[in-house]
Amino acid sequence: MPTALDDAPAVKAAGAPKPQRARRNRRRVALPYLLLLPAILLELLVHLIPMIAGLVMSFFKLTQFAIRDFSSAPAAGLDNYKFVLDFDAAAGKSLLGSFWITVLYTVLSVGFCWLFGTSAAVLMQKNFRGRGLLRTLFLVPYALPMYAAVITWSFMFQKDTGLVNDLLGTDSFWLIGDNSFWSLVVVSVWRNWPFAFLIVMAGLQNIPGELYEAAAIDGAGWWRQFQAITQPMLRPVNQVLLLVLFLWTFNDFNTPYVLFGASAPKEASLISIHIYQSSFVTWNFGLGSAMSVLLLLFLLIVSTVYLGLTARRRNAVV
Amino acid sequence: MRIGKIAPALVLALAAAATTACGGGDTSSSAPKELVYWASNQGTSLDNDKAVLQPELDKFEKASGIKVKLEVVPWTDLLNRILAATTSGKGPDVLNIGNTWSASLQATGAFLPFDDAALEKVGGKSRFLGPSLAATGASGQPPVGVPLYGQAYGLYYNKKLFSEAGITKPPATWEELVEDGKKLTKPDKGQWGLSLQAGQVTENSHHAAILGAQHGAQFFTAEGKPQLASDPSVAAVQQFVDLMQKDKIVNPANAEYADTAKSLKDLSDGKAAMFMNQASAGSFKNIGMDLANLGVAPIPLPATAPPNGRKVTSFVAGINMSVFKNTKNPDAALDFVKFMVSAPEQALLNKTYGSLPTVQDAYSDAAFQTEDVKVFQSVLANSAEPMPQVPQESQFETLIGTAMKGMFADVAAGKPVDGAKIRDQLNQADQQIAAGG
Repeated sequence: MPTALDDAPAVKAAGAPKPQRARRNRRRVALPYLLLLPAILLELLVHLIPMIAGLVMSFFKLTQFAIRDFSSAPAAGLDNYKFVLDFDAAAGKSLLGSFWITVLYTVLSVGFCWLFGTSAAVLMQKNFRGRGLLRTLFLVPYALPMYAAVITWSFMFQKDTGLVNDLLGTDSFWLIGDNSFWSLVVVSVWRNWPFAFLIVMAGLQNIPGELYEAAAIDGAGWWRQFQAITQPMLRPVNQVLLLVLFLWTFNDFNTPYVLFGASAPKEASLISIHIYQSSFVTWNFGLGSAMSVLLLLFLLIVSTVYLGLTARRRNAVV
Repeated sequence: MRIGKIAPALVLALAAAATTACGGGDTSSSAPKELVYWASNQGTSLDNDKAVLQPELDKFEKASGIKVKLEVVPWTDLLNRILAATTSGKGPDVLNIGNTWSASLQATGAFLPFDDAALEKVGGKSRFLGPSLAATGASGQPPVGVPLYGQAYGLYYNKKLFSEAGITKPPATWEELVEDGKKLTKPDKGQWGLSLQAGQVTENSHHAAILGAQHGAQFFTAEGKPQLASDPSVAAVQQFVDLMQKDKIVNPANAEYADTAKSLKDLSDGKAAMFMNQASAGSFKNIGMDLANLGVAPIPLPATAPPNGRKVTSFVAGINMSVFKNTKNPDAALDFVKFMVSAPEQALLNKTYGSLPTVQDAYSDAAFQTEDVKVFQSVLANSAEPMPQVPQESQFETLIGTAMKGMFADVAAGKPVDGAKIRDQLNQADQQIAAGG
């Protein structure tokens, strides 16, 4: 049923020329696109164009000889890809080594971040004295400037003067050799678990309290409630959280770069450092781009499979 | 870095550089000429550099009417800034480059070649120290700059520890150094014969070059093909690593020394008796060392020279001054270079920074007549060799230096580093350099 409000413009429109209405309609249709335009432009400028340029660069022998004039770079075809994927040769072997180190680093870092984040968020659900203070303290690593925090860790990991050896009563190297990998994992977990804590805590807020009350009346204990209510209800949150943490950690450049400098020990040489060295230290931008494209492909495949699997599971549940 | 940011980061960095790099100076003929100068960080801080350089730039402006806009760039950023400027074509007019980058940067074609005419404009080729001039680009090609600040390696030693151990003079041969080092190593007291920046990639590569020359190594063929894994190179790296591994005169903790400060402090505090470094009396003074206890001598040579071994005790270190090819004011840029390499400026600036003049006529200044400076001066003039002047020099430094850093880490962890392992690592470096060439 038309209302007075609906009538008014209709009456007015009846007397107005048709093109005006058409213009208004067009404007209404165009408005959302106009509002999206800045974001689309920025997305193009910041992500897509550089990504395409990177892809193009990977097919050229872009070294110091051609850096001044991109167009003079000799075409490499698939040579850059063949070179880094030849796992019998030095470059391929070291790239593969970095890949496996990065996989292990990601699994451990994401796993521990999730475990600590979830445990802390669940514990913080209960109201107790000092909860606010504790929550704030938990978020400190995430709030600190990354550079300052990681450089402080590098001081603490020094063999002779560092706090870590002092506290553990050991005399070990932490910034070189085998232990350097574990130092990297510790710093990464310390830095990222508050993010997991924050996200899981937000997810927990959305679980209705009545479910726990009903479960308690039915005699379910804390662990049963966690298994039957908390975990399933948190699944959508966890799916996003794990994907984001995976992508961040696999591409992590800042932590190893600040902790070890431009040349990380081979035991902690993540793939991002490897690509940086090829591109900016040894000036082989074509090769660096090829590695970046391969990394991007790998992350796309993993993300797509992950999203497909989680969607199928969600549909199956529905 | 997050998803897909690494490949685009290359382009982003370049694009950002196009907008942030300072453009060349004013070009209109009526307006007063203006140059942009990127100075490397030589002093104790960027501000200290500005304080040192600005009065000199003012002096130049007064004499020539050419204004110079100064930006001091930290070492960590300098190479990437230069690369970005090279790519965008929008760089400064005049800039400092580390002289080991000369041949690599020369290959980009972004710099004004200092041919005979350009060299004549800045005072003539014969004024410059030969070794310093040799480190300005590949031989047979016009240099890519002129030397501005000279540096060389020497062996610093703690006179007090030497005298306590009954050693009367610094070692002249490696055999003596190891022998003295053993006398001076007392791990229970936290005292070691020699301190090394074993976790520093560039330092390791410098020592590989020096010892490599002593063993007769040529890291590249005349055609520029890498041959790092030759017998003399392996022997040189083995000798260097053995200072910690076999001779045990270096604290294994030095494997994580990634900067000079710790080694300087070790020598100053009596925790190390010797340290090989570029001229750094000023730094020793800054950390409170009694300079009366500080001695310096050339880096040792082998008692018996290996076949084809060269009498090299340092690489030609230092800073060059280059002109960006895209400058709109090449004449003004050359005038400014001429001013900076003039004898009075050379004396003043090198005195302030503790480096060595690169022109003969500046050495008459009393500041360069001290015993320490004379040691470095003699090394630079008589027993210094430029790093390999090939376009792949930066790859060479990174790959050999990183490999040696890993070797020291292994030694510190008790894993043996033998000739086969060294050869394998150097072979890998050869393959990687060849791929980038």
